[in-house]
Amino acid sequence: MEITTTSAGAAAAPIFCLTEEHEHAAGGSTLLGFWIYLMSDCLLFAALFATFGVLGGSYAGGPAPKQVFELPLVAVNTSMLLLSSITYGFAMLTTYQGRVVATQGWLVVTALFGLAFIGIELYEFAHLIHDGAGPQRSAFLSAFFTLVGTHGLHVTVGLIWMTTLMVQVGQRGLIPANVRRLACLSMFWHFLDVIWIGVFTFVYLGGMLR
Amino acid sequence: MSAPPHANNGATGHGDAADHGSLRSYLTGFLLSVFLTAIPFWLVMSGVLNNRIATAIAITVFAIVQITVHMVYFLHMNTRSEDGWSIMALMFTLILVVIALVGSLWIIYHLNGNMMPGGDMSQMP
Repeated sequence: MEITTTSAGAAAAPIFCLTEEHEHAAGGSTLLGFWIYLMSDCLLFAALFATFGVLGGSYAGGPAPKQVFELPLVAVNTSMLLLSSITYGFAMLTTYQGRVVATQGWLVVTALFGLAFIGIELYEFAHLIHDGAGPQRSAFLSAFFTLVGTHGLHVTVGLIWMTTLMVQVGQRGLIPANVRRLACLSMFWHFLDVIWIGVFTFVYLGGMLR
Repeated sequence: MSAPPHANNGATGHGDAADHGSLRSYLTGFLLSVFLTAIPFWLVMSGVLNNRIATAIAITVFAIVQITVHMVYFLHMNTRSEDGWSIMALMFTLILVVIALVGSLWIIYHLNGNMMPGGDMSQMP
């Protein structure tokens, strides 16, 4: 950009920045922004995975993964989350077709699978703590409860969000804002399934191989 | 101007609508995920490979493939969405994740090695 000074007065002051934001459609950058949030969440989980990787072998005389993990239960849990992923996919397909009732139906199914996942996880945690394998028992168990618990907390928040959206879709229908919110939750939900792949592979299956 | 391949309900507000996926792509992703989940569970629970390291490498490969399947079929990741910014953010994050994971494991592994009681510290440079 060329800046010229004229002696004829300051009629044309040089412009260094745009004082007004140019027009953006409402929510036009929401999906990208939400994706970047998910990437930062990914870094949070990377730190927790690294912690588990470092401390996963420090049993402090306590139980080892082979003694506390029940793989059949983890397999059931994994299938719950995977099924909830595909049903959320169906919810998005019906959303883009503008079918309100079908969307809400799939959201209910997804939420039920999510609830089953959380229920099984809480049952597992309660079982572990009852057996004296709580988070304070060893560094391995601290890291395990932190990593898996943080994932479970994310799923719980996702369920609250899903319930909120069911109400909003019921009240306002599939308006653009609601479609956008559903698309964000879709990314969140599928992202949690991606994190769970890491959890069942490296925490549960990997723990059995130690 | 050609018509967009599918109706954009104004969800993004941008002209370039994000890929929403189809029933076929969701089902493909789901079936692939079922196999990619079942096989590592079977490998560990039955112990068919009879080798700890080989099993660990196998389940890691299955996890990486399944994460890619989820990214493509469920999260509709491609090089075009959001003008390529999505994949740029993903690549940057992956680099940071690899540095954090490999770096932590590598450093602490060696630290543990040096902290072992009876370790021969005289060999240190």
